[in-house]
Amino acid sequence: MVTLVKENKPTKIYQRPELICPAGTPASMRTAVEAGADAVYCGFQNATNARNFPGLNFTPDEMQKSITHAHKNGTKVLLAVNTNPPAGKFQLWKDAIDLGAKFAVDAFIVADIGLANYIAINHPNIRLHLSVQAAASTPEALNYYCQQFGVKRVVLPRILTIAEIKDIKQQINCEIETFIFGNHGLMVEGRCSLTNYITGLSTNMDGVCSPANQVNYVQDEQQNLSTQLGDFTIDCFGRNENAGYPTICKGRYHAAPRDEGYYAFEEPLSLNLGNLLPDLMEAGVCALKIEGRQRSRSYVKKVVTSFRTAVDNIMNGNEPDIASLIALTEGHKQTEGAFKSKKWR
Amino acid sequence: MSAKLTIGPILFHWSVDKKLDFYKKIADETDVHTVYLGEVICSKRAVFFDQHYEGVADKLKRAGKKVVYSTLSEVLIKRDRKIIHDFCSMSEDEEIEVNDASGLLHISGQAHRLGPMMNVYNEETLKYLVSKGAYHASLPCELPRQSVEVLAGVAAKIGVSLEMQIFGRIPLALSARCYHARAHKLSKDNCRFVCEQDSDGMLLKTLDNKEFLAINGIQTLSYNFMNLAHELQELEQLGVEYFRLSPHSNDMVTTARVFNQLMKQEITAQEALVQIRDTGIDEPFANGFFHQKAGHQWVINRN
Repeated sequence: MVTLVKENKPTKIYQRPELICPAGTPASMRTAVEAGADAVYCGFQNATNARNFPGLNFTPDEMQKSITHAHKNGTKVLLAVNTNPPAGKFQLWKDAIDLGAKFAVDAFIVADIGLANYIAINHPNIRLHLSVQAAASTPEALNYYCQQFGVKRVVLPRILTIAEIKDIKQQINCEIETFIFGNHGLMVEGRCSLTNYITGLSTNMDGVCSPANQVNYVQDEQQNLSTQLGDFTIDCFGRNENAGYPTICKGRYHAAPRDEGYYAFEEPLSLNLGNLLPDLMEAGVCALKIEGRQRSRSYVKKVVTSFRTAVDNIMNGNEPDIASLIALTEGHKQTEGAFKSKKWR
Repeated sequence: MSAKLTIGPILFHWSVDKKLDFYKKIADETDVHTVYLGEVICSKRAVFFDQHYEGVADKLKRAGKKVVYSTLSEVLIKRDRKIIHDFCSMSEDEEIEVNDASGLLHISGQAHRLGPMMNVYNEETLKYLVSKGAYHASLPCELPRQSVEVLAGVAAKIGVSLEMQIFGRIPLALSARCYHARAHKLSKDNCRFVCEQDSDGMLLKTLDNKEFLAINGIQTLSYNFMNLAHELQELEQLGVEYFRLSPHSNDMVTTARVFNQLMKQEITAQEALVQIRDTGIDEPFANGFFHQKAGHQWVINRN
């Protein structure tokens, strides 16, 4: 790293990272563009992307118009086609890729090997980003995708420490993107069939996690509220507690070593790496990703604006306003997850 | 083509004696075609059995079984990476089943098998990996019938054999965190190998006391036991040739014998289910994934 001495105060010089922001709808995309996103990521209204939720995502017409608008404002558009096409339905995924190419997306985000190969052959001039859904967590796995398909950037799983990310960066020849804010998934993404086991809809094949149409909130006579997914109770809340959405890996369960129900996988926390931004940049992370395509426009505006200011402050050698980043979690408990220490494991 | 049974890698942390006893019985008392050896869940456990693989493999081979080494499914730290490297550097006479893309980097261009954790969901992925040396693929447990059919059609054309798990708890998720350690208020680095206490996984129940999932270190499995006795004949007709039994602490010798009898149509699927239940399984059976239903479900199938 280069160190400059400015007014007798050493200032670290970082490569300016891109801020990658969620765009669940055309309106959210405009909001993120206006709030200073360097790039937005989005998907079509079907199983080809891992946030295939009702009311989200883009029709082909919306996609084309939104991309034009983003490009006019200097914002890149990354198309998430990051589920695994089940055999017999591959054409839907090819169509998504071909449409994206026609609309001049700046990169495809993919996880499936067959799809990566399709892009490498048919659209070699469009950047390929490896989705977190590919679950590639070692230099070897990452190099495999880079060598075979010419991947330009990898999105790392949220299970690595910053020291590990730094080590990986030394051993691969491509850009690194990491999540810095939002939902904190615990299972290795791309390798979780829990939702399919309970609901019959697959995270990998259908782009669905805890589908809303199988969620029930059931209140008993004491006004305790149990949250259910399919036939199973995921959590139970007293009358004064805030009931969370029933996501399997964030529920409370009984196990023999514990006397009471406990969060067997993880407490419902939000990931917030506001404090660690300089460390991530120093480790060689060149793109900082905000999760939340399912979130509202006002949320997108607030989060993107705050992180835009924080990144710009760091680049200018000023202290980022960490307090405002921490306030973003809206009272939810937050975590630095695996990034800070491997004790988390 | 005739259907063959395989014994998957032992997913759980069994003691050395329990493993040695298990493989002795598999070698001497079962008629299975292939046995997969190796620690696929946690590299911390690997050291305990490392010195025994060669002896076990010899014994199995002498008993006429094919032996395949399965690699770790989640590769993260230096120790994991070294294990993958060492496995993939074994003599080319040894067969390797790869369960993670780290292994693919080492083994691309050489003959290898694809494990059920490899996310081979479609014909394009299968064809690509076959072009790089794969000759056998175990399909993900959550694939529905329609996709298995398409994959089997392509596999037949390009000369690749396919395998599917038909018995045992269903692998559902992996994590960097050890949930066994967490349940005991420990961490992965300081886990005291508490996972050894649960030879078929640690039961998770919902807050209203309904059996839900099973924990095996960093892995989450189904509570229900997958059992595709009713679907076996159809899978064979589709072109799947190898059928995997995932080891549990029930009587696996009898389980293998019953499935062999079923494949030879000496008994009905209904008879097979009754006999397999008698090997020591109290949990419900499940076959939902194959029928594109929730995986925990039991779909009545009168084939």
